[in-house]
Amino acid sequence: MASKALYSHRDPVLKKRDDFEDILEERRNSSDLRYAFKCYTPVLYRGLTPCKAATLKSMVLQSEQLLHVINQVSAESGESTDVVKDEAAAILEEMAHRLQLRTIRFFAYTLSKAFKALYRSVCVNEEGIQRLQQAMQEHPVVLLPSHRSYMDFLMMSYILYTYDLSLPVIAAGMDFLGMKFVGEMLRMSGAFFIRRSFGGDQLYWAVFSEYVKTMLRKGYAPIEFFLEGTRSRTCKSLTPKLGLLNIVMEPFFKGEVFDVNLVPVSMSYERVLEESLYARELLGVPKPKESTSGLLKARKILSEDYGSMHVYFSPPVSVRSLAQGRINRSQFNLTPRHVAQKPSEETQAFVNDVAYRIVRLQQENMVVKPWVLVATLLLQSVEGMELTELMEQTSWLRDLARMFGAFLDWPDHTPCSMVVSSSISLHRNLACVSGSRISLVVEGPQGPETPEEALFNRAVSVLSCASYRNQVLHVFLRPALLAMALSNANSSRKEDIYSCFDFLRNVFSDEFILSPGASVQDFDEACHLLVKCGAVELLHQDVVMAESGRTVLSFLTLLLEPFLQGYQVVCRYLREEATENLTEKQFIPAVRSFAVKLHLSGSLKCYEVLSSDLQKNALNALIRLNVVRRVRTNEQVLFKVNKAAVNSVEDTLGGRIPTQKSILARL
Amino acid sequence: MASIGDGSERQRIAQQRLRVLAGHLRRLGAEERPGVAAQECRAGPRTRRENVPAAPQDIMKWNGWGYADSKFFFNKKGQGEFTGKRYRLSGLILPSLKDWFEGTFGANLQHKSPAVPSLNTSAVAPPSLNEAFVEELKSTGIPFSHDTEDRVFRAHGHCLHEIFSLRDGRVGRCPDMVVWPNCHNDVVKIVELACKHSVCLIPYGGGTSVSSALECPPEETRSIVSLDTSQMNRILWIDEKNLTAHVEAGIIGQDLERLLNESGYCTGHEPDSMEFSSLGGWVATRASGMKKNIYGNIEDLVVHIKMVTPRGVIEKSCQGPRMSTGPDIHHFILGSEGTLGVVTEVTLKIRPIPEYQKYGSVVFPNFQQGVACLREVAKQRCAPASIRLMDNEQFQFGHALKPQVSSIFTSFLDGLKKFYITKFKGFDPHHLCVATLLFEGDREKVLQHEKLVYDIAAKFGGLAAGEDNGQRGYMLTFVIAYLRDLGMEYYVIGESFETSVPWDRWVLDLCRNVKERIVRECKEKGVQFPPLSTCRVTQTYDAGACVYFYFAFNYRGLSDPVHVYEQVEHAAREEILANGGSLSHHHGVGKLRKEWMQETISSVGLGMLKSVKDYLDPNNIFGNRNLL
Repeated sequence: MASKALYSHRDPVLKKRDDFEDILEERRNSSDLRYAFKCYTPVLYRGLTPCKAATLKSMVLQSEQLLHVINQVSAESGESTDVVKDEAAAILEEMAHRLQLRTIRFFAYTLSKAFKALYRSVCVNEEGIQRLQQAMQEHPVVLLPSHRSYMDFLMMSYILYTYDLSLPVIAAGMDFLGMKFVGEMLRMSGAFFIRRSFGGDQLYWAVFSEYVKTMLRKGYAPIEFFLEGTRSRTCKSLTPKLGLLNIVMEPFFKGEVFDVNLVPVSMSYERVLEESLYARELLGVPKPKESTSGLLKARKILSEDYGSMHVYFSPPVSVRSLAQGRINRSQFNLTPRHVAQKPSEETQAFVNDVAYRIVRLQQENMVVKPWVLVATLLLQSVEGMELTELMEQTSWLRDLARMFGAFLDWPDHTPCSMVVSSSISLHRNLACVSGSRISLVVEGPQGPETPEEALFNRAVSVLSCASYRNQVLHVFLRPALLAMALSNANSSRKEDIYSCFDFLRNVFSDEFILSPGASVQDFDEACHLLVKCGAVELLHQDVVMAESGRTVLSFLTLLLEPFLQGYQVVCRYLREEATENLTEKQFIPAVRSFAVKLHLSGSLKCYEVLSSDLQKNALNALIRLNVVRRVRTNEQVLFKVNKAAVNSVEDTLGGRIPTQKSILARL
Repeated sequence: MASIGDGSERQRIAQQRLRVLAGHLRRLGAEERPGVAAQECRAGPRTRRENVPAAPQDIMKWNGWGYADSKFFFNKKGQGEFTGKRYRLSGLILPSLKDWFEGTFGANLQHKSPAVPSLNTSAVAPPSLNEAFVEELKSTGIPFSHDTEDRVFRAHGHCLHEIFSLRDGRVGRCPDMVVWPNCHNDVVKIVELACKHSVCLIPYGGGTSVSSALECPPEETRSIVSLDTSQMNRILWIDEKNLTAHVEAGIIGQDLERLLNESGYCTGHEPDSMEFSSLGGWVATRASGMKKNIYGNIEDLVVHIKMVTPRGVIEKSCQGPRMSTGPDIHHFILGSEGTLGVVTEVTLKIRPIPEYQKYGSVVFPNFQQGVACLREVAKQRCAPASIRLMDNEQFQFGHALKPQVSSIFTSFLDGLKKFYITKFKGFDPHHLCVATLLFEGDREKVLQHEKLVYDIAAKFGGLAAGEDNGQRGYMLTFVIAYLRDLGMEYYVIGESFETSVPWDRWVLDLCRNVKERIVRECKEKGVQFPPLSTCRVTQTYDAGACVYFYFAFNYRGLSDPVHVYEQVEHAAREEILANGGSLSHHHGVGKLRKEWMQETISSVGLGMLKSVKDYLDPNNIFGNRNLL
């Protein structure tokens, strides 16, 4: 059972984590065919009366909830209810999964082959599996894996099949349906497809939410979806999306089920299949459209080594215990259940908190590989460094990360140098050793390249490397924000530093997972960790850097430096070049070419500002800070920029002017 | 069965009527029977002890439910038995009770938790009397007593914690004296004196409260006087033209029915407590009767109410069947739980005794189907006089109370029935549930009605399961309270509570969630054995149903079982409210459920009630502190 407090990460180091088992080991020693045809008898939800996928569809179509919306839509549009019903049936047809064991067995066989080729090991915490099995019998379960790769959901189903657990139904994006045959295969292995956006479509929403809720209420199968909404191209956790989470919690709010269990799953890859694709995408090369032929072409990846992967099933989180004292369920008693209610503010805030909590749980149990530390250090000296220095620093960083509670996968009894060199060799596409120096690999065409091309190629390797550094950001984030606040603040008084911290936290809250309203807790946590590692001292009302703290603090400040610079560049762009009629579509290309220009002129060294992800986040932050206004006109969305305000944000970020003191009262 | 000699037609009808009560309501001591009396006070001496009237504790338990001569016990062979002669079950051996009891609760007949044998009167604080009040009361000639037994008997209702304390020989704050007004005017005098001398009055009817309503507020510093209405028990007149009867409010349910039966009438109001609860109590708590589908609940039955308040007497000037004269003042009185005054006289609707009556029962494959059937019956507005649906746990419990079969033939028949239902029809004995039915009216109509209901039931997979099962279901209602006393002998405590809830799917979901919550809370609170957590649907309405929960557990190993019990019941009530259930369907609020009143009726609503209280009783003479 989860504790009542949503934020209980005071000392992350004390977290006890389960051990891992490699599930590929058995696959390497016994027949895959026999495995694919093994007797599969999962334990089921105790309230379940098994039904077919087709029965499920007709239940949805006949549900009061859906009929109610159908009547409404028909009354509004003037179409007959039969027409609207057919429309609903078509939506459902397009959406619904057709889970069948045959396909699963097919996948079990082929994926066994593929995984063995790709990975050295796939490690799963079996205690987590046991807890999951228990939870699945008692309550409807929602699986919430992190999303870094297409592999994620294949891997999830594969693991559940391996452990004889009920196979999940998975919310997937419609793009997969574009792949002939494969889309349908996924459908038959339990994926159901939802459009990426259906904002105003009441009927679509009704079909979708009723479909999910029916499966949940019936306990038909565990429901799996990605809170982050899409694969994170940067390997940072993305701000959670609330739509589906809202839907799966509603049956509990309305008393239709006793409880719903949310199970965060952290999936960490030593090497992500899509690593350089992502970097290119972030730099504006369009993502290849999902297609079957593309998939076949990608076969060549099978010959590469992707290291090991870790899947950690966190303990189930009971929605009931989270909601205790936060949600007054009787508010749902005054309208009939089939009438959809807009969630109250209280409910929205609650769902939002839960979403953040889950993402933080995902982060906490992400396994951090040695390479991640190496990449972090390499990025701080892009021009390369001495190998011996790298070894030394890596070992130092390992200890610091451990102290901050990172879930490190560091082999015991192996010298640090061995560990580092073996992870460099796995990632030889990113880093190379020449002589005694190590530096980033920059792929380039044979022959001459233009300055733009050179910049692009360099940016690809930096961003690829950054996607590894990003995997450890959650460990250092709060202390790093504090370190930055320490250097920005113009005094050492605690409230000045807090207000600086709070400002930075606010600015970066689209960039990183920072639970809304938890600023004080985060500040306390940051202080606690920095005091613990001896970097700062708390004296009465002051926070002071300790003598020995310089290394830690400068490391932490450098860690966030690219983001800080990136945001400043975006501000500068808005200040200097943004026109009155800046449209949403223009924004990213315009910022990018502005940054390229700065780079080429030599006044900018930071590559991460070229990432569209950072650009979008910065824009969102400025919108949130009311510095930029979104204006919706007939055709497009325009951004109206308050240049003076942008200037002041830029200066505050640079530590040139102090943060407002309006937030003092909260300390 | 009660045996009543044959005779006139009227007697035949009366006999029929008595079958309604399944013969289990016969009351001993004919000399105590009130009769239809002239409308004057002091209608002859009824005193046993000098100046003090009937002492119910002589025929009733002082620390448990009901009649002293009726109780369950396990005989030397370990078989269950029910003593006495009052009930259909009396004197019978119940061979499966022990197994059910041990199996369900993990109890053991070796582990006993006996009650103290008798009240230790020295443990009771001496009465704090208001001398001036007592002096003036003496001069009115109204009987009173400050005998310890009289006081203790009126210091409690039948909540678990109340009975548990009594069995332990612990007694909290008691009324300091008991008065027995004999008529409306006596009450007027008592209330006047109480106001004059600042004495706290707590009206006492049948003492069957399960909401801590009778508990004396421990913080009360004034002298507390229990106003026992039991002597105001006459039917003052019967109006056959309008089909109404005017009755003193202290009359006990079964007496009212019996007396009306003698004239060929009935009220049809049969709450489960009707053996002991009083008319005034029904009004004060908004009681509901088992047969409300035909006769209505108490608010539908009353035509006129007279209540004495510190401000004066409140009543309407006529007996019009419906009025549009502002908010109905009856609704301030109904459910006021003794906080505003004493109900002294009530005019009730009466009906001729029905010609024919028939029990019935239907077995459903599961609870869902059963609820769906009840919903359909309610939708078609064809509910019989009573229709109730027990869940599987209660069905099994009902079986545990089956008496020893008298012949091999019956046992063979039982086996055959069981085979038919479980094997031939494929019902899972761990899921099936039973609806019990009671039809009333013209013989022909009853038979038609019966067919209609059975046809609906068939659509939901229901199988008719005979009259006998139906009748046993209703008998259970009356003896279940006795069973709690048996449990308490063996470390098992329990209680029932109720709610009302809209149909939708709330009935099902609420039942499941509340049962589950109970099980979980018990586990969390350290209860060593799984609890019995069961429910039944006892009333159907157009827009919802009344659901009754029984909850009991074995408390061995717990240091403060009553506290655990209360925590679990509290959690269960929260769960009920969260799932769209009401605070109470008919038990009332008392002090037990007060904390949820504001949430339930809004703070404005609570303010309205408070302002009524402030106007009627500014000095809180009726100081039981219920409800508000």
